Amino acid sequence: MPKSLVSIHDFSKDELLYIVKQAAIFEKDHRPVLKGKVVATIFFEPSTRTRLSFETAANRLGARVVGFSDADNTSVSKGETLKDTIMMISNYADLIVMRHPREGSARYASEISRVPVINAGDGANQHPSQTLLDMYSIQKTQGRLDNLTITMVGDLKYGRTVHSLLQAMSHFNTRFKFIAPPELRMPEEYKQYLSERGLPFTEHTELAENINDADILYMTRVQRERFSDPIEYEKVKNVYVLKNSFLKDTKPSMKILHPLPRVNEISADVDNNPKAYYFEQARNGVFARMAIIHYLIGR
Amino acid sequence: MEREKQLKVNAIKDGTVIDRIPSSQLFRVIEILSLEDCDSQITFGMNLESKHLESKAIIKISERFFEDDDINRIALIAPEAKFNIIKDYEVVEKRQVTVPDAIVGIAKCFNPDCITNHQPITTRFATKHTDKGLLLVCHYCEKVTDEHNLKIISKNT
Ligand SMILES: [Zn+2]
Repeated sequence: MPKSLVSIHDFSKDELLYIVKQAAIFEKDHRPVLKGKVVATIFFEPSTRTRLSFETAANRLGARVVGFSDADNTSVSKGETLKDTIMMISNYADLIVMRHPREGSARYASEISRVPVINAGDGANQHPSQTLLDMYSIQKTQGRLDNLTITMVGDLKYGRTVHSLLQAMSHFNTRFKFIAPPELRMPEEYKQYLSERGLPFTEHTELAENINDADILYMTRVQRERFSDPIEYEKVKNVYVLKNSFLKDTKPSMKILHPLPRVNEISADVDNNPKAYYFEQARNGVFARMAIIHYLIGR
Repeated sequence: MEREKQLKVNAIKDGTVIDRIPSSQLFRVIEILSLEDCDSQITFGMNLESKHLESKAIIKISERFFEDDDINRIALIAPEAKFNIIKDYEVVEKRQVTVPDAIVGIAKCFNPDCITNHQPITTRFATKHTDKGLLLVCHYCEKVTDEHNLKIISKNT
């Protein structure tokens, strides 16, 4: 079974550091080191942003890209099993980048594929390339990954990006601060995960007064559909909106990250603040994905 | 007293006596082992007194011996169960069920969005013993199934 990237646990600390280091190299220098390779991007549900980021990364490395951007009009919509689709595509391509609405689909694909699989999102489960681009953004802006305070805000219960980032950053002696409405608190299992590793964390419900010691302020979307009671959503939707005025006593080196797309959780007046980093963060995704693709098929 | 004891342990010549099943799990054990389709003589008792459990059940099956795979299925709901193998009225072997580190093709993932509930895929779980009881971590979706939402895939489905 070739090495795949399905879940952030698939990469050791050394591998995570290697990808972050390589991303910086690819940002400076786009040599077509994967000329002659074919990357398949197979998206069983549409995600234009993620697909374009991967396809840009593959193209910049000199690889050719084949694939589909949603499952309609393919043999999948005619009832072909995931197994048959993966068996067929792994005969053609050197690497599969896959997005699928079902959780665990990418793990399964990686077990039957003859070529490496990168999970570009399997339902609410994992999206590890997002975590690696977050780590690259942290390294780039802070000059290090060790001993930082990461403050996570918003939907900490269902937000898969915060869970993966928490697990990845647990290698680096991170202090975590969680700011969320009671309904969307960080789940017990992740707090347990930190406790088992002796990593400190604190939990809060107020945004403005708890961000001054942050090195990284990681904002997430609070989505209406996560609330069983619509009144609860109405109560919190404007509480977790970051305003420029909140930033005046934050650290000068602090950077604001967001996996995008945002709804209203960062007000527009923050965009011009030099601490706003979310658009560059998205750009870093191409370099992180180049590093991942190269690591899996280019060495 | 003596007579009551005799009724409970009504002897069989060859076969298996499954002991220390929690009474509440008796019918699930019958289902998991597909005993309703079994032609052998079967007797069972429930709500029996037990030193180890609040209330235990026993199943006695003539002419029937079980594979490790069957025993492991039981382990998930009756972790203290004992399989006594009887040959010519004698207990020739006692097998204690043990919860294996990996559970393959026995339990169903409770996560409705898990790929294993939508494609013909053999389920796989890692087991984790915690103060909240036995937890099964799905190899695919990484979600945790606990004893409350555990569904065993019975043998003939
Ligand atoms: Zn599952």
